[in-house]
Amino acid sequence: MNSLIIAGMLLVLLGLAYQSGWSRSRGLATTAGVKVHSRPQYHGSYVAIWAMLPALVVLGLWGWFGEGITTNYITGQIPADTLSGLDPVALDATVARIRSLATGYGVAGDVQPFEQAAADALRSFQFITFVVVTVLAAVAGIAALLYARSRITARLRARNAVESVINVALIACSAVAILTTVGIVASLLTEAIHFFSFVNPIEFFFGTVWNPSFSSTDTGAHGQYGLLPLLAGTLMITIIAMLVAVPVGLMAAIYLSQYAHPRLRAVAKPIIEVLAGIPTIVFGFFALVTVGPFLRDFGNLVGLDIKATSALTAGVVMGIMIIPFVSSLSDDILNQVPRTLRDGAYGLGATKSETIRNVLLPAALPGIVGAFLLAVSRAVGETMIVVLAAGNSPVLRGNPFEPVATITVSIVNQLTGDSDFAGPQSLVAFALGLTLFIITLCLNIFALYIVRRFREQYE
Amino acid sequence: MDMVAGKVKMTQQSVNSTMNPIDALERPIRLTARDVTVHYGAKQALHGISIDIPDRAVTSFIGPSGCGKSTFLRCINRMNDTIEGAKVGGTIKLDGDDIYDPNLDVVELRARIGMVFQKPNPFPKSIYENVAYGPKIHGLARSKTDMDEIVVSSLRKAGLFEEVKDRLNEPGTGLSGGQQQRLCIARAIAVGPEVILMDEPCSALDPIATAIIEELIDELRENYTIVIVTHSMQQAARVSQRTAFFHLGNLIEEGVTEDIFTNPVNKQTQDYIMGRIG
Amino acid sequence: MTATVSNTHLSSIERTKLIRASLTRRNLSEKIFRGLGLAAVVLALGFVALLFIDVGRKGIPAFTQSNLHLSVNFDPAIIGVEPAPVQAAGQSDADFQAANLKWQRDVAMLNWNKVIEASLRTMVPAGVEITSKDLLTIAETDARHEVRERFVADPSLLGQTVDIDVLASANAANWIKGNIDRSLPDSQQQLSAPARAVIDTMVANGKISNGFSWSIFTNVDSRSAPASAGLLGAFVGTLYMMLIVIVLAVPIGVASAIYLEEFAPKSKLTDFIEVNINNLAAVPSIVFGLLGAAAFINYMHLPISAPIVGGLVLTLMTLPTIIIATRGALLGVSPALRQAALGMGASKTQMVFHHVLPVTFPSILTATILGVAHALGETAPLLLIGMKAFVASVPVTPFDQATALPVQIYLWQGNENRNFFEPRTAAAIIVLLMVMICLNGVAIYLRSRLEKRA
Repeated sequence: MNSLIIAGMLLVLLGLAYQSGWSRSRGLATTAGVKVHSRPQYHGSYVAIWAMLPALVVLGLWGWFGEGITTNYITGQIPADTLSGLDPVALDATVARIRSLATGYGVAGDVQPFEQAAADALRSFQFITFVVVTVLAAVAGIAALLYARSRITARLRARNAVESVINVALIACSAVAILTTVGIVASLLTEAIHFFSFVNPIEFFFGTVWNPSFSSTDTGAHGQYGLLPLLAGTLMITIIAMLVAVPVGLMAAIYLSQYAHPRLRAVAKPIIEVLAGIPTIVFGFFALVTVGPFLRDFGNLVGLDIKATSALTAGVVMGIMIIPFVSSLSDDILNQVPRTLRDGAYGLGATKSETIRNVLLPAALPGIVGAFLLAVSRAVGETMIVVLAAGNSPVLRGNPFEPVATITVSIVNQLTGDSDFAGPQSLVAFALGLTLFIITLCLNIFALYIVRRFREQYE
Repeated sequence: MDMVAGKVKMTQQSVNSTMNPIDALERPIRLTARDVTVHYGAKQALHGISIDIPDRAVTSFIGPSGCGKSTFLRCINRMNDTIEGAKVGGTIKLDGDDIYDPNLDVVELRARIGMVFQKPNPFPKSIYENVAYGPKIHGLARSKTDMDEIVVSSLRKAGLFEEVKDRLNEPGTGLSGGQQQRLCIARAIAVGPEVILMDEPCSALDPIATAIIEELIDELRENYTIVIVTHSMQQAARVSQRTAFFHLGNLIEEGVTEDIFTNPVNKQTQDYIMGRIG
Repeated sequence: MTATVSNTHLSSIERTKLIRASLTRRNLSEKIFRGLGLAAVVLALGFVALLFIDVGRKGIPAFTQSNLHLSVNFDPAIIGVEPAPVQAAGQSDADFQAANLKWQRDVAMLNWNKVIEASLRTMVPAGVEITSKDLLTIAETDARHEVRERFVADPSLLGQTVDIDVLASANAANWIKGNIDRSLPDSQQQLSAPARAVIDTMVANGKISNGFSWSIFTNVDSRSAPASAGLLGAFVGTLYMMLIVIVLAVPIGVASAIYLEEFAPKSKLTDFIEVNINNLAAVPSIVFGLLGAAAFINYMHLPISAPIVGGLVLTLMTLPTIIIATRGALLGVSPALRQAALGMGASKTQMVFHHVLPVTFPSILTATILGVAHALGETAPLLLIGMKAFVASVPVTPFDQATALPVQIYLWQGNENRNFFEPRTAAAIIVLLMVMICLNGVAIYLRSRLEKRA
């Protein structure tokens, strides 16, 4: 309710300010017959910005300090003798009770008279402060409005002023992307360093056993956090995924861009790209209930012991998921190779496949390698398919038919939304996340660099 | 090879009036085109082109841009096959064989009719591999020495050997524009074609490189039938023995180069030569 | 004469012969290569078809539910409550309220399962011995609420017999729909033999029928009554998150794209920002989940499992996509338009907002919808901010506990009652895919319309 009133007040102020700037500007234009620098809209916006700023500052200050002031007021309402008998925790509880009483929801247990009195006082205090703050904000806004209005002259460069405000807003928006990166790096680093205060980094990066269970009997032991089994699992699944995605994706791109009838291409390309839009959880389900059992039965048929949830299952399905990624990137890259090179080969009498294999692909090779690296980075960071279909067995072994665990799976297992970041059990997720972030970052930077160099070569 | 359909006198114009003989040689005809049309989708790019192209001489196609001269050139070795939606009608015969015969393998045809393009387009491979590529895919070299011989002699014929003999294994893309174009000519020669098509081979080159290439074309004329598309009338006048003028997808006039430039019969040709058609 | 054409020791005829000899091999390898390409396309298309057919085949049956048609007798012997209080003349409102509350509490305390059991008992065929417990496994556990609510709504039903449809339990539904192998021995069946016999009799008598399962759309998740578990809570959670993404990611993304493409001076810094955004777009989504857990929950103390945190995380994840797409669209605007605007005396800001931006609107819109669709299907980061908690209510505000559609899929696929929840999960996937297809369809439609107009 209160926030609605404040929002309404701000809107009225905004409208008023814009209108007053606008009309003043119109007045200038008609009376003096002089050349007005900016158009009325800009004068309106100019005044509106001026009016909003102090109002927002007042509201912001209250938002920042209001909470503390209110708490102080409540504490002040508690009788001195009661207050002296309360430790900080009990005080907090009492304050919370009074607040709750004041909102009218009621509290559990019997209400003491002083609590009821304090709550009543708080209610009127809240009302008064609300009115005061709102009026103060409105007054500040109107004062600024009048000041800005008085500044409007024919020569005022209102447009430039408004545009520089827009410019600042745009810069602030661009900063969000930077801040995100900073936030990622900072949070991963802080928590990972915290983790390394429990577990030696060498033990983490070179350990071969992953067993993060907390053993209460053995004091000081926090389980074992060896990264290598997870890294091996990630690597194995990624390799399998690339073995599926690269040949299929690349050949499909070649066929569709070089051989296919335009009508087939118009139909097949979007259909393949549909794969890219399907949520990974769906692929995970598909792997778990269809591909896994199929591979197991197929293994039985040929005498191989393939587990239903295994590196193979997760890798194959992840490969399917990456096919459109590989094919659309390869398609892009192949199209960047200048036509003249193809013509050169055809002109010598090379067949289509000779042209593609001997000229097109070698020319596109750097770009395609870059595309593959991007695909690898995607496979390394993929989570849901692996969570559902890889079997979560963090043991170092080389058999793709057995269950494995990856970095991403372990992150999900260790961090379940528990905000308790006290133990290495959950903190390890950040060390894993940092590892994952660095791996994918290196892959991405390298891949994007290669692709960029490739593009420049043919520009 | 011996089934030559007829002879064209270099001194005589097959289409138009006779002028002063500039070359007494009589040349057999290698290529005959009759009523060649090209459609790109619904758009007609060529309207019934008929022309005879003589052996071991340079024939140049001139005309304003978009006149169909390059399109016609690309019909001769069926490069238009690689363009989606292009339809070619009429007949083109090389030594009496229809090149659009469905039984004829386009690969074999292109080995006989080589092509050099507007922009030098060496493959991103070494100089040696660029030249060796054609003979390699066609299986023309029986041994490494064979191949070396082909590469060296092709580079020699293209007048490039002396300049690159020490860096045959360096990438062909590292050469200058003019050298790259001569590399492309060497690459075409290496397959041993009978006809070489050149699509504005000097348009991307500076005047000095252009002069070298023009000289080369003149030498190559001894052994090859050459068809060159050029936007430069001066170039056509310098290198070719016969000239054909294209305009708006039609062949307007064709004959001995000297005649076309000094005494064109057709009004449009005259206008073009005088610079009145852009 | 042709021999002289040659540049090697080969004559023209020899060369032609060599070329012809190589043609068979080369044409064969051409065919193989082409065949491989076609095979790859067929394989890729096959995967798409397989995925959709598989999910559809598994999920579509789950859109039907088995209903039990019960004749419920509100037997006063079982429902031992006084008649509902009526406000007497002179009775104060407060007293009446108190009496009414007491009555409702009494009604709630009753064992309504007895009523259901009595009704089911009438359908037990002769010769079948069945315990009350086994009999009650046929109806879903929340059937008793339905019966009770009927009574509360109309207390005059006491002593009467009414037809009420209730849901069959998940295990019963498995048996009815054949999701479980009927030939399995008793030890592996979830229902006892007498209960199965009763169900079969009911089916034969038309007392059980299958109908469209609206409850998937209107109910929230439920553990105690899996047959009535629905997607409503997850759907609302997702809706909140998508609203947050749209409200935050679109303006911020478009604004920063405009700044970077139109205003930012070309410098080392802008280069760095560009590289940074490109990399951010390729950062695994799970890392954004870690960011959310550390920054929003641990540092800022925003609530766990709440759509507000999920929305913020997905916003940060979607932002680079929207920035990149918008920049691409801005880059595609012809310089002629810019020069025309500037030439008319427009300022740079006016040029961008009045001329360039409107032209790119269709592309930005499409990119936005595709970005939102992508965020919609994202699961991993949500798991890390606690959205995999079981939530049995519809979130009222974005600060309440909630889950999301893809996370609901994750939770359901992990349910132990596989026979029942595998189809349910597939059905949830169908719903998710439908939403995504609709979004994509809208994107395509809008783009084609706007482009036509432009």
